Amino acid sequence: MSVIVIAVILTALMFDFTNGFHDTANAMATSIATGALKPKVAVILAGILNLVGAFLSVAVAKTISSGLVDEAKITPVVIFGGLVGAILWNLLTWLLGLPSSSSHALFGGLIGATWVAAGSSAIKFAGVVSKVLLPLVLSPIVAGIVALAATYLAYRIATRGEEGTITRGFRLSQIVSASMVALAHGTNDAQKTMGVITLTLITVGVLPTDAGPPLWVIASCGVAIALGTSLGGWRIIQTLGKRISDIQSPQGFAAETSSAAVILVSAHLGFALSTTQVCTGSIFGAGAGRRLAGVQWGVAGRMALAWLLTLPAAAIVGALAAWVAGTGTAGTVVVAVVAIALAGGIYIASRRQPVTADNVNDVPAAQPVPVSA
Amino acid sequence: MSIAWGSLLVVFIVSFGAAVAVVVLVTCALVGLSARERATTAAAGGTAGGGLSAGAGTAVAGVCLAAAAAIVLYGLYVIVAA
Repeated sequence: MSVIVIAVILTALMFDFTNGFHDTANAMATSIATGALKPKVAVILAGILNLVGAFLSVAVAKTISSGLVDEAKITPVVIFGGLVGAILWNLLTWLLGLPSSSSHALFGGLIGATWVAAGSSAIKFAGVVSKVLLPLVLSPIVAGIVALAATYLAYRIATRGEEGTITRGFRLSQIVSASMVALAHGTNDAQKTMGVITLTLITVGVLPTDAGPPLWVIASCGVAIALGTSLGGWRIIQTLGKRISDIQSPQGFAAETSSAAVILVSAHLGFALSTTQVCTGSIFGAGAGRRLAGVQWGVAGRMALAWLLTLPAAAIVGALAAWVAGTGTAGTVVVAVVAIALAGGIYIASRRQPVTADNVNDVPAAQPVPVSA
Repeated sequence: MSIAWGSLLVVFIVSFGAAVAVVVLVTCALVGLSARERATTAAAGGTAGGGLSAGAGTAVAGVCLAAAAAIVLYGLYVIVAA
């Protein structure tokens, strides 16, 4: 295997790792916020379920790039550049505590890298609209409406019960609903990296065309995403669990159940919605279902902006990386060194105001926005 | 460019139905369990429990939880089989 192939495999596993800690929040943010699970227990549980999920299915693994760019024009350099763009965008949004879609970062990186390597004709713009832009708009709306209705009904019915029993019961139920989201996430997201590595091995002729991912690819991707997940992306967990709304256990359960239902049904019917955007939409819906004024809509605006920027920003970095790496082995080394330096810089910046398992829930109570404002 | 509006509508309807059903069932189960606890407290000399009796509360909780569990298990089956 050449240097570029090894670089692609290592970078893909790095991306998988960032994908893991970026998305821990999807499954566990509300469980941690309501106290249903202790922070460290929650992220380790999510990590294990992601690992299990990675082994459950390989159906999605090959669909990763299809429909967005012309597969015949993909080379290891393009994939390397795309992955670098995706990783850097994932790290930057993590620093800002914004739950952006890891899949969109990956798509963006690949699109940008393909553009410099093969020209704009190799990009299928209709595919970008139907696979990225449309789900971007629809995911949070669909999940939000489901969670809003579920939360509203839960509170209406729960008034007949006793508060202590209801709260305890919903906390226990949240462990099940959060686990379902984590498992569904593992089956979806670990496979994206498996698909990238398998595609690379096929393009250089190590694997025959139409080969499925070999066991070592499945295992290493599962381990990478599980490690990332159990590290805990505390900054994003804090945003989703505490900064959107003051989430109580009935809302947490309603949000997680809605997320799990929407992710599973859409994956089953082949209408790919973004896990991150579904989960974020559910949490906003659950917040609004209890009392409308308690939701921090300003946070929603920042997230929407990050979601819109994800694809183009990752595309620009991916394009630059593919351009430099395309000059040869020296170029690949330069890209790797610069990417590691930038990642290190982002990590150092995060240490200034660290968010950890110990202070993840320490956020001043969300102030309801005055109606007149 | 073709947008599969039909399958989007199906996604919305099915996930709405499943999520709302599970949440409503679990909530009803918890209301049933509350009735049981209230009845126990009342028997021990506390205030009289209103609404469901202890037995009815337990029965409601059992049926609702079983139904919710069936939906969750079907969800698991969908993940594994896909």
